[in-house]
Amino acid sequence: MKASFAFRIWVSLLGWGVALAMFFPVAWMVLTSFKTEIDAVATPPLLFFHPTLENYAQVNQLGDYAGAVWNSIAISFGSTALGIALAMPAAYAMAFFPNRWTKDLLLWILSTKMMPAVGVLMPIYLISKSTGLLDTKTGLIAIMTLANLPIIVWMLYTFFKEIPGDIIEASRMDGAGALAQIRIVLLPLAGPGIASTGLLAVILSWNEAFWSLNLTAVHAAPLTAFIVAFSSPQGLFWAKLSAASTLAVAPILVFGWMTQRQLVRGLTFGAVK
Amino acid sequence: MRQLTGAALAAFLLAAPCAASATTITIATVNNSDMIVMQKLSAQWEQQTGNKINWVVLEENVLRQRVTTDIATHGGQFDVITIGSYETPIWAKQGWLAPLNEFPASYDYDDLLPQVRSALSVGKTLFAAPFYAESSFTMYRKDLFAQAGLTMPDQPTYAQIEQFADKLTDKSKQQYGICLRGKPGWGENMAYLSTLVNTNGGSWFDMNWKPQLTSAPWETAINFYVDLMKKDGPPGADSNGFNENQALFSTGHCAMWIDSTAAAGKLEDPSQSQVAGKIGFVKAPVAVTTHGASWLWAWSLAVPTTSTHEAAAESFIAWATSKQYVDLVGKTQGWVVAPPGTRTSTYENADYLNAAPFAKAAIAAINSADPNHPTLNPVPYTGVQFVAIPPFQQVGTVVGQDIAGALSGRSTVSAALQSAQDSTTAAMQQAGYLK
Repeated sequence: MKASFAFRIWVSLLGWGVALAMFFPVAWMVLTSFKTEIDAVATPPLLFFHPTLENYAQVNQLGDYAGAVWNSIAISFGSTALGIALAMPAAYAMAFFPNRWTKDLLLWILSTKMMPAVGVLMPIYLISKSTGLLDTKTGLIAIMTLANLPIIVWMLYTFFKEIPGDIIEASRMDGAGALAQIRIVLLPLAGPGIASTGLLAVILSWNEAFWSLNLTAVHAAPLTAFIVAFSSPQGLFWAKLSAASTLAVAPILVFGWMTQRQLVRGLTFGAVK
Repeated sequence: MRQLTGAALAAFLLAAPCAASATTITIATVNNSDMIVMQKLSAQWEQQTGNKINWVVLEENVLRQRVTTDIATHGGQFDVITIGSYETPIWAKQGWLAPLNEFPASYDYDDLLPQVRSALSVGKTLFAAPFYAESSFTMYRKDLFAQAGLTMPDQPTYAQIEQFADKLTDKSKQQYGICLRGKPGWGENMAYLSTLVNTNGGSWFDMNWKPQLTSAPWETAINFYVDLMKKDGPPGADSNGFNENQALFSTGHCAMWIDSTAAAGKLEDPSQSQVAGKIGFVKAPVAVTTHGASWLWAWSLAVPTTSTHEAAAESFIAWATSKQYVDLVGKTQGWVVAPPGTRTSTYENADYLNAAPFAKAAIAAINSADPNHPTLNPVPYTGVQFVAIPPFQQVGTVVGQDIAGALSGRSTVSAALQSAQDSTTAAMQQAGYLK
């Protein structure tokens, strides 16, 4: 059935409206980063103003942006790689060799995400301290891996379930072992799904603030800790904070644009049957 | 004179206790203009001592949580921490802070303002050295007062403040008679409202730790506040904290603002304020008593007992809170940004007094604030705009939310105070103060 012209117009308008509503805060943040502090808090808000790069200069002078970017990259990509390496065999086993506990196991894995992080702050802090992992990238990679593992397992499990078990069985009959099945059959078929899972895990790790603020100080502080430094209890700070936030989201935004095709392909995955 | 000061500074730095070999210390601090100046100038301390500093700059509440976690678990991540006059006595009594009583003679402990020194000491032992301190006072637009034919007295009453606010409000021009804190939080609206309750003769607790939030002074104070803000305050005042009011006042939207003395330097700075040079400063208003009408707060530097570089940390604090440091800031960054509210000598310095037109009003406010006798009637606690007990952060914030609800019209003042009384009673019972 072909949708009417008016319906398509309305859907397009709705789509554009939602997209603009979601993009507006980011656009306003970027705009504010080019204002002076006094312009940033003007009432009514200023749409036209004399732009300045002063905030970016100050943010670079006061904070270690390069160090924070490197820490964010190492932590988010490190934890994602480790998470996928751990989750792949688990999802493979549960998708292709399910037993009567598989569903319960999946729900239990997901239930660990339901506990508020602050509930385990003290034990995690003490473990990090006694293992010498406080304020280290290794410690944070371990925490981020564990934090994102349930989501990675669930996403991979969902993607693997879309692949017909017969293909895996056929490869097994041709003499392929478990590793060969994953490498030769599963990876090419579920590639887009694995890529989009990885991208999502990178974004989640990049934006994570609770653990990165609580477990880092000097050496492993990522971009989330870098942003927080520009919030001031007394004194105007919105323009500087916006500049710091713009700098913090810029790398992941560029990364998102570059991998947009894979992300969309992965999320609409399921046409392999 | 300059050479003499330089020589004195060098002698002080050499005399300061510092580590025998180069050490790296980690300082946890908040982001404000005084701390940024300290970060800039600390390169001089690093050069003099050969030590290095790692800065960890955090948002105020994050800093508090982060430092508490680290000290409670003996994490040892920080060698110098930035804390306020609320945490200092509580943490010192828990044995979390190292005493700071052995700075060199040149430090001149007696030069610290007595009220500030007392707020940061337990008994006679100093546990945190003040980096800058503040009280609260009334800031008003001299030009608007002159146009309206009004005169601000040196010590206004709240009745006068209401009259002035009524006359100066012109909502068609987005000009509001008064701006006050409304954003909920123990350090936001409750800081101001505690002083308003104090001066109305009220208190947070009686001598048996029974909450007093439904007492007559609280009813009077909060009804006055809500009525005044509805009549003469800016719209959406329940989301305005210090920064939002600074923005409103500096862009010409407020005729009066009762808040921190630390605001004055920012309002008199033409790069941050459109009303610089048009502002008058007088004492905080009073109602029935002067007790607790203006607050006292000191951002300070302390050494946690978990620090592994105590000597270098103390050496840094001795340098960053010294008379010589105030001098260094004045001469290199301008006297108007010299750390206020910490030392008597700062207020005897002609250069500072010339550069800071608000200095006399600020020192008068600080000297009039007495955290040991904050209320008309005796109370079992210290602290003017806070109660120096561990549960207060939670109690103050919940009460702040109730009152912000009354300000926004979501509840009545009576209902808000009853809810505040109930939650405070429950929290005090849980903490063991009440049976």
